[in-house]
Amino acid sequence: MSSQSPRRVIPIKVEPPSNLSAAERSAVLDACARLKELPGALLPVLHAVQEALRFVPKDAVPLIARQLNLSIAEVHGVVSFYHYFLQERPGRRVLHLCRAEACQARGSVALEAHAKAKLGIDFHGTTSDGAITLEPVYCLGNCALGPSVMIDDQLHGRVSAERFDALVASSRGRS
Amino acid sequence: MSSPGAVKIYVPRDAAALGVGADETAATIAAEAQRRGINIELIRNGSRGLLWLEPLVEVDVAGTRMAYGPVEPHQVAGLFEAGFTSGKPHALGHGATEQIPYFKKQERLTFARVGVTDPRSLGDYLEHGGYLGLKAALASTPENIVAAVTASGLRGRGGAAFPAGIKWKTVLGAPGTQKYVVCNADEGDSGTFSDRMLMEGDPFVLIEGMTIAGIAVGATQGYIYLRWEYPQAKIALEAAIAAARAAGYLGADVQGSGKGFELEVRMGAGAYICGEETSLLESLEGKRGQVRFKPPLPALQGLFGKPTVINNVITFASVPIILDRGAQFYQHFGMGRSRGTLPMQLAGNIKQGGLVEIAFGMTLREILYDFGGGSFSGRPIRAVQVGGPLGAYHPESQFDTPLDYEAFAGIKGMLGHGGIVAFDDSVDMSAQARYAMEFCAIESCGKCTPCRIGSTRGVEVIDRLMAGENPAKQETILRDLCETLLYGSLCALGGLTPYPVISALNHFPEDFVKPVLGSSASG
Repeated sequence: MSSQSPRRVIPIKVEPPSNLSAAERSAVLDACARLKELPGALLPVLHAVQEALRFVPKDAVPLIARQLNLSIAEVHGVVSFYHYFLQERPGRRVLHLCRAEACQARGSVALEAHAKAKLGIDFHGTTSDGAITLEPVYCLGNCALGPSVMIDDQLHGRVSAERFDALVASSRGRS
Repeated sequence: MSSPGAVKIYVPRDAAALGVGADETAATIAAEAQRRGINIELIRNGSRGLLWLEPLVEVDVAGTRMAYGPVEPHQVAGLFEAGFTSGKPHALGHGATEQIPYFKKQERLTFARVGVTDPRSLGDYLEHGGYLGLKAALASTPENIVAAVTASGLRGRGGAAFPAGIKWKTVLGAPGTQKYVVCNADEGDSGTFSDRMLMEGDPFVLIEGMTIAGIAVGATQGYIYLRWEYPQAKIALEAAIAAARAAGYLGADVQGSGKGFELEVRMGAGAYICGEETSLLESLEGKRGQVRFKPPLPALQGLFGKPTVINNVITFASVPIILDRGAQFYQHFGMGRSRGTLPMQLAGNIKQGGLVEIAFGMTLREILYDFGGGSFSGRPIRAVQVGGPLGAYHPESQFDTPLDYEAFAGIKGMLGHGGIVAFDDSVDMSAQARYAMEFCAIESCGKCTPCRIGSTRGVEVIDRLMAGENPAKQETILRDLCETLLYGSLCALGGLTPYPVISALNHFPEDFVKPVLGSSASG
């Protein structure tokens, strides 16, 4: 399937020190083993790592680079380019709040201020109880029923301040 | 499977419907029916696009689908009580779905099946005219398929409106044994959701359109590059791909034609720029989504350096009907050089938001008021942004512009992917202009200087302007900066960010005057 020439793996003798746990390390290696033969494998691998670990740990980068025969800089460059890939361990739930124009027209600027005050954090922050990480997102495709938020994979529309508080409460409850 | 005598009840699985509780409504209906001993068949369809009525529940009454919505779980028992399973009236009732004016006035070609069929059922797709386009394509020649797409006048629906047939012809004529078909499903424009609705509501039509493209240009592998923000679309597409493969519509030998076509969904990772075709290709190759210089065109050196057809979801999804009904049929809709239909998306501060597929040529005012019913807040509509975050803000004086690519270009705007976002009179247009620059700074790929640095400078200049620091000078600088972005950027992100900024400045200058001291706490 691949149109690329077979990759030659250049062995690296010294692996950088790593703080990954054995389970994390094995999740990363498993993602690489399953997906590395795909053409353009890096994004699918990073998605698989984030799905397993909920973020892409710094120490996973050299490991992925080695498995895919890429440089550490190349992998780091990709991880840091895409907003979706989290480089720090998030809270138990990730709440994406839409900042785009259609939601602005329905009051998302006020909702954003409410969310930050309610959670006591800014964007990219995690609540002190480790329950929720707040991330901005630029359009969830729910532009007729804004303001919108997505909690993990679940979209919520028509989010008023009260509904936001209820969603946060139930997110904390279920975690 | 339907059991005889079961009442068919439709509750959408579309993400917008799920976002307002469609799953809970569906579960309550199922439980209530069981409790009452009523035999129902619950079908999870796509959305009809009347989004303000979601969750919109439909009941099949002797072949006519009766609409009830928005239905919240606590209202379900009341609906049963009123006899909605036999189409009886209720406060939430709207009569027959297809007689609702919002729906009836539309010309649904690309969205003909969305909301009608079960998106998980290949059988349903086939019963509703599915795969007739592919059948016609397999009986034709690559040259004739490309000629039909060209003759239909179909232009890329992603925003750039480049004639699809010309792109396909270039790929068909390009030498090479390996070619690719790539679908741009990175629908990042705010105010747009037609790609999402189509992928969730009728994924087979996209698969069919891409298969036809593959057969036309000689490509055997296709990729759908889907944004991560659309997890429901991923589920729908992957289920449909598996069903199509199992029935021989994908694979090494498509319907015994001897031609192979395979399809895979790849997920994006939250980068607006990846909706630009060359950065999308970079991303598919596993790299940072940085824009490529053109030439070479993707049609000649695209994915992995191979000739590549890259089109938007709606573009591919419009192809089956063109092959099935003929180029003339499609070409007959529209005006000027904008042929066919465009699924417009009504969004933002609008009473009746949703999907409106109509032929080109209707005016913005008709869409906003006849379909949209005015603002959601009940206040006057003051500004409308058309074409996503890079589209211009239009004042009321421009509402009579027809929805046509050239007409919008003529008023320094763009139709783009068909997103229409309404704002009422509480909007502060200087804040919208600032946001446009901020968005460009956040999403810039960083390859070219005007976009990478100009966007940040743009935020600063607007801040100084609004702080009242020599405003005449700041305005001159801002306009000059916008010229630089417009003419000096590598792609449309930097190149079109001036559209919302300059249109806000030109049409709403009163919002760019620093508030009089004491009239506001900020400033």
